Amino acid sequence: MGLLLGLLGALGAAAQPSQAGDPPPASGALNLPGDAGASKAQQFTLANGMTVIVKPDRRAPTAVQMVWVRVGSMDEVDGTSGVAHMLEHMMFKGTPTVPAGEFSRRVAALGGRENAFTTRDYTGYYQQIPANRLEEVMKLESDRFAHNQWPDAEFTKERQVVTEERRMRTEDNPRAQLGEVLNAQVWLASPYRRPVIGWMSDIAAYTADDVRAFHQRWYVPANAALVVAGDVDPAQVRRWAEATYGRIPARAVPARKPQVEPVQAGIRRVDFKAPAEQAYVALSFKVPGLESLAADAPQADDALALTVLSAVLDGYSGARLGRALTQGPDRVADSVGAYHSLVARGPKTFMLYGVPAQGRTAAQVEAALRAQVAKVAAEGVSEAELRRVKTQWVAGEVFKRDSVFEQANELGSNWIMGFPTDADEQVIARLEKVTAQQVQAVAQRYFGDDQLTVGTLLPQPVDPSKPRRPAQADAPGGAVH
Amino acid sequence: MALALTAFLAKDALAALPIQRWTQPGGAQVYLVESKAVPMVDVQIDFDAGSRRDPAAQAGLASVTARMVDKGVLAHGQEPALDENTLDDAWADLGANFGAEAGSDRMSFSLRSLSDPALLDRAAQLAARQIGEPSFPDDVWQRERQRIVAALREAETRPATQAGRAFQRAVYGSHPYGQRTTPETLAAISVADMRALHERGLLACSAKVSIVGALDRAQADRLATTLLSRLPARACSPLPAVPEVQALTAPQDIRIPFDSAQAHVYIGQPGFKRADPDYFPLLVGNYILGGGGFVSRLTEQVREKRGLSYSVQSWFEPGLHAGAFTIGLQTRPDQAAQAVDVARGVLDHFVADGPTREELKAAQDNLIGGFPLRIDSNAKLLSNVANIAWNNLPLDYLDTWTAQVQKVSVADIRTAFERKLRPDRMVTVVVGGKP
Repeated sequence: MGLLLGLLGALGAAAQPSQAGDPPPASGALNLPGDAGASKAQQFTLANGMTVIVKPDRRAPTAVQMVWVRVGSMDEVDGTSGVAHMLEHMMFKGTPTVPAGEFSRRVAALGGRENAFTTRDYTGYYQQIPANRLEEVMKLESDRFAHNQWPDAEFTKERQVVTEERRMRTEDNPRAQLGEVLNAQVWLASPYRRPVIGWMSDIAAYTADDVRAFHQRWYVPANAALVVAGDVDPAQVRRWAEATYGRIPARAVPARKPQVEPVQAGIRRVDFKAPAEQAYVALSFKVPGLESLAADAPQADDALALTVLSAVLDGYSGARLGRALTQGPDRVADSVGAYHSLVARGPKTFMLYGVPAQGRTAAQVEAALRAQVAKVAAEGVSEAELRRVKTQWVAGEVFKRDSVFEQANELGSNWIMGFPTDADEQVIARLEKVTAQQVQAVAQRYFGDDQLTVGTLLPQPVDPSKPRRPAQADAPGGAVH
Repeated sequence: MALALTAFLAKDALAALPIQRWTQPGGAQVYLVESKAVPMVDVQIDFDAGSRRDPAAQAGLASVTARMVDKGVLAHGQEPALDENTLDDAWADLGANFGAEAGSDRMSFSLRSLSDPALLDRAAQLAARQIGEPSFPDDVWQRERQRIVAALREAETRPATQAGRAFQRAVYGSHPYGQRTTPETLAAISVADMRALHERGLLACSAKVSIVGALDRAQADRLATTLLSRLPARACSPLPAVPEVQALTAPQDIRIPFDSAQAHVYIGQPGFKRADPDYFPLLVGNYILGGGGFVSRLTEQVREKRGLSYSVQSWFEPGLHAGAFTIGLQTRPDQAAQAVDVARGVLDHFVADGPTREELKAAQDNLIGGFPLRIDSNAKLLSNVANIAWNNLPLDYLDTWTAQVQKVSVADIRTAFERKLRPDRMVTVVVGGKP
């Protein structure tokens, strides 16, 4: 499966399995029958403004409940970065009727699996359960959405857990650290400049009341969607949703500040030194994304063509970047990639990245990556490549139907964007119409110096007898406790 | 998933999970679940050619042999040789995925394709050439070797790598499960070694073929035949025995200095073989000890009560030999000693006293209630069917799974853990701890 498939899934061009007799767009040799076990997603709004999306899929007697809240790290403010993620942790710490730890015990007793996730754009919670347990997890999830409540002592302990999480994900991971530094360089005004988990000193500084206030402010029904997929009856789910989530009082969704990123006018470079063997370089170009599915959405055609470009470069094993940079006696890289964030609440980028081969430099990889885009700009792409990446998407639409969880995931991420439940079909259909000329045109238009930020990891020798990093980098962690 | 399966699960009926099994004339065993709802097919083919058979001086041989399978195929009759890029393009044009990998015990090939007969046939023909006639080009191997060596050296800079390596060495000693792939062992591997491994290890008569998807038995049999058609038709003779993992005779405390943001901790020893009759008590017991998400004893004591680690778990890796029992966690360097004490205390107490009745009931509620979640997609079904095939489990294994969990008692768990684990002989590895 090509990278772009994962990219589309991750970013919300969601799977919308078609009904029998309504085949998805055909491409090349592929002509696909419908799915006998599934029917279309239904979406409706509760009286308090909360969205409900139900996707029946009766292949197995299981279901997934997800609650998506349109709040992520981009809705935080400086000084309390990471508070959205901390709240996600604290949501497991109780309500007036369900003490700390009891939520997870009850879900486990129902045979369920559960977790939660926080990104720049959203926060999500889910339980996978036998379908006949759905009503019970709806009661539990709606209770904590409305009534999350815990003593300060629980917060203090959980902050230590989050501190360990940051150490695990970031502090001992040079490429993750480079990613933080690069983001902070790419974005000036956009809240995307802050890491989702939060800066270490912010984790140490946010308070229990900061977390409570964030919950109070953002966890309002009109800012959330319930997504249920699996062996369920939409009418029944609606009745249960009205009896649980529907009783939460309506409140206004807070206004969001635009925080528009100023136009970048000149290349930016940032180096990051860390103990490592291999260098790493990441190029981030500011580009358009898909702001809406309306036919007249600004720059939508360019955004779609950029996604096709990323697939031609790196959308399947053996695509252009890998072939050109990681093969042959003169290869410059051990691994390479391309990624277009077609869909996001904030500003979009097109990333190129790579690890230099032994004896090669990050600068050589950077030049070689840009040379591949320049080659597309000069010579265009072949019809065979276009057909190939489109074939991947169409097949991927079928493969996605194997996972109820993935279907719910995509419906939720589409809702976050304000997209309809069939956004995936619409996006794929539009990607299929992208021409070689359009791909060539965006390769010419968006890859100059002025919108580019380059981050380079400069590997430092690992000497166990010497400090592995500047002592100061550890200090905020030490200050937490 | 087939509608018959849905009915079975929904109604608690006694109808069997419909796994069909047959032996082909060439000796391959085929396992099939017909699942017609989505027009796709998943296949996994397993061979007894995993890394446990790697010569010590060539550790990594099975793994790199599998990796090289998509780097080119030989010419055959009218069919020209194909290089890695031609293969990549062909798979992309089919919209199908094919891969090979080697674990400790098995070398596995997997195929996912749309079930459209024309596409599936082309995918099967192509996969058959990669399974049976890989060309193992030397220039590509030299390149891949350089890439792997570079990645190994990068991994060496991480405390987690150092901890995992020290743990494996201490738990497995000289057993192949503990063999480490190094730049030196890779340098000792030639494409001739790969060809030799392929020649002796991949025979149609020893293949276990698991298939889940939108096809019937006749179609599945043809698919399996095609996939194995380029392998030698030689008869299978028994492969040499691989020694067993030896139990530890003494505890080992390994402390490795490392200047990192977290200390990495592993505690454990050899565990048990998949064929062990204590499988179910150990499965249920480990859920309670450290396997059960947010509700295990280890999570409760290490994370929830003390905030010492984001992740703390225990697991067994039962294979053809006694894979390790492991407790793993990461914590701030100055908390490592405390975290080790807490985790060891939980383990000692659990092995000595077993779970409470309430804990056993909670574990059974989760495992039995959640059983449908183990088989609710073709991908999950395939993994289960391949498990049955590889471990020679009965065809009704999934049908009896919940009953097996239900009959586990507190005493069963206590005695099974007593038999398998010796808390006084644990390996404890701490990389990057500070007093």
